[in-house]
Amino acid sequence: MHKKQCVAMLLAGGQGSRLGVLTQKIAKPAVPFGGKYRIIDFPLSNCYNSGIDTVGVLTQYKPLALHAYIGIGSPWDLDRIHGGVYVLPPFVKEQGGKWYKGTADAICQNINFIDRYNPEYVLVLSGDHIYKMDYSLMLAFHQDRQADVTIGVIEVPWDEASRFGIMNTDEDCHVTEFDEKPKQPKNNQASMGIYIFSWPLLRKYLLADEQDDSSSHDFGHDIIPKMLGNKHKLLAYPFEGYWKDVGTVESLWQANMDLLNEKSELDMYDSSWPIFSANPPRPPHYTAATAKVSSSMIGEGCLVYGEVKNSVIFPDVYIGKGASINNSVIMTGVRIEENVVIDKAIIGRKAVIKQGATVSAVQQQEGHKIVVVAADMIISPHSKIGTSVSCPTDEEFCGKEEAQL
Amino acid sequence: MMGDLMGIINLSETEEILGELSRSRPLAAVPFAGRYRLIDFTLSNMVNSGITNVGICIQHKYRSLMDHLRSGKEWDLARKREGLFILPPAYTNNPMQIQRGDVENFYSNLDFICKSRQKYIVIAGSDMVSNLDYREALNFHKKTGADITILYTKANCSTHDCMRANVLKMGEQGQVIDMKEYNDSKDDQNISMKTFIMERILLIELVNDCIARGDYDFIKHCIIKNVNTLKVYGYHHPGYVARISSIQSYFEHSMELLSPQIWKELFFKSGLIYTKVKDEPPARYMAQADVSNSLIATGCYLEGRVENSILFRGVKVHKGAYIKNSIIMQNCKIGPNAVLENVICDKDVSITADKQLKGECNYPLIIKKGQVI
Repeated sequence: MHKKQCVAMLLAGGQGSRLGVLTQKIAKPAVPFGGKYRIIDFPLSNCYNSGIDTVGVLTQYKPLALHAYIGIGSPWDLDRIHGGVYVLPPFVKEQGGKWYKGTADAICQNINFIDRYNPEYVLVLSGDHIYKMDYSLMLAFHQDRQADVTIGVIEVPWDEASRFGIMNTDEDCHVTEFDEKPKQPKNNQASMGIYIFSWPLLRKYLLADEQDDSSSHDFGHDIIPKMLGNKHKLLAYPFEGYWKDVGTVESLWQANMDLLNEKSELDMYDSSWPIFSANPPRPPHYTAATAKVSSSMIGEGCLVYGEVKNSVIFPDVYIGKGASINNSVIMTGVRIEENVVIDKAIIGRKAVIKQGATVSAVQQQEGHKIVVVAADMIISPHSKIGTSVSCPTDEEFCGKEEAQL
Repeated sequence: MMGDLMGIINLSETEEILGELSRSRPLAAVPFAGRYRLIDFTLSNMVNSGITNVGICIQHKYRSLMDHLRSGKEWDLARKREGLFILPPAYTNNPMQIQRGDVENFYSNLDFICKSRQKYIVIAGSDMVSNLDYREALNFHKKTGADITILYTKANCSTHDCMRANVLKMGEQGQVIDMKEYNDSKDDQNISMKTFIMERILLIELVNDCIARGDYDFIKHCIIKNVNTLKVYGYHHPGYVARISSIQSYFEHSMELLSPQIWKELFFKSGLIYTKVKDEPPARYMAQADVSNSLIATGCYLEGRVENSILFRGVKVHKGAYIKNSIIMQNCKIGPNAVLENVICDKDVSITADKQLKGECNYPLIIKKGQVI
């Protein structure tokens, strides 16, 4: 087998329960984003752009759509003879099967895969974040400084720091202390969930951790603190640029809106760092004479007769005359009929909003909340939707059940 | 029976008709409809008709075409068995020989046709843009027991450009009585779509026969000469057909795509149209964008005004620019306050600030690929 310098392991098994109905049928990394993409396109494209050609994708929760999407990895140029993308779900062994109990356990159960390539380094990524990052620079940092572990960190606003794993470092980027979700954070350098490990060391720790019944088999909880305790060289690699955890409906919506910000740090139009995705074979979209579109992104195959402002529209969406869409994310194949009003909403795949209906958040005390209409729902004419709707909770709007790919 | 049809795309077409647009590319590689090249329609129709064995007879200037087709993967034609075959022109076999016609191209690639396993073959060009399923015509061909079936469309030659078209005279049972080049009649005509269905064995016979007699023009010598000796039928394709025969018809048919009805038919009716993908993000409308009655492809970045126009992938329209009745191809940049009307910008054109360019609606101004104005 060809030796690889660095193998990436992408953790994509999470349910993403805080995304509610958006992950009812699909795993979080498969959640659509930005008018064309799925969340997993970002780490996979970053791998391509960083010259990493061997990626194991660890899947577990409702993996059908994710597996179908990744396929043999062609969109990211990862259909390769040596290396490429491997989908790695949990499997049965002689002593029976085990689910992935934690992030470290998922990697541990796939030691055989990594050993095939006998890499010097393993890059651990997660499928939950929207960002563009050159992993090769981080790897160079790891090599130059002869680190055992390098952890990607980013400055977060102080008032949010207690939601993250906080890295306390000395002036030389050495990690001195790791605080998981501290109540009183000592600084605002949050772990991005991106690690580079020297493989022989990680391999040893994974095998030891597997035997430890008290461990939760998680990188942040168990492996990193143990390595820190044993005085290994842990470095924090500061990343500057756009990075967003899209773990909640609000943050997913916000990240979509960030794309529409003219000063956004996340430039999707920069051809030197393309984000790849599956390309639907659809014609250019049509914007009619009655349409009025501004500050928005519109995908291929759409027919737009209505008004669209500050919104992200995925491919194959129909927007009828007199409809008005503001501050919303409309996913693939949605049909929005005449005179519909939508504001601050996420409309799931292939939903139908019948004429004259209103989908808009009821004003809450702490500000706006985002209304989610789940995939395949059919909203009846002239109805008013103020809170999220999904099947089977809101039976009157349930459309046809379809396998979502 | 499944899989009993194979395809040949015959690209020995006169490309001069598109002037500047076909200066550095064959007609088949001329960009069309905001993201495609003309060949995509014929090729996708074949794939959507269940054809998995396609030979493309190339002729001239084919670099851009090869770049577009590559392995045929985008059309699902990168296959273990069969798939996409590029058939080189005859003169590459015999460089000293004068090149006379497309039958020679067939003849020099006869091995490919002989060793294919399908019973029937469809031969088509790339200048008839439509969305159709050849299997319907094949069923007609089998039912009538014809030797050759010619697909045709009806056009009114007083409003449509019929120059250089082959017109068919039809008998009552649907047989073709006569076929000839169009000459100046203003009525409704049956226009050949240059698409023929026959048994593969018959094509081999016709080609061998032509070569043996020193003939070389496929339509004139293999088809027209045989209209009265073989059983030749016409199959009327009732759907939309854009016949690209001149700059004017290219412009006119492009603008017809701004009708959602035609847009739907051409891109969705019998199947999807595939093309080489570019991984562009969705089109971006900025706060000042003002777009109406236009087709906008992915990767466009719009700050200006666009009206009755077609924008290909990755076009940038700056503030204050105004594009009207125009076709702007891939990666063009239209500078601030530039005004364009009835203009076709080929790929990679850059119009700097404040320029005003204007053609006529029946004579669009064409800006050469890569020009900076």
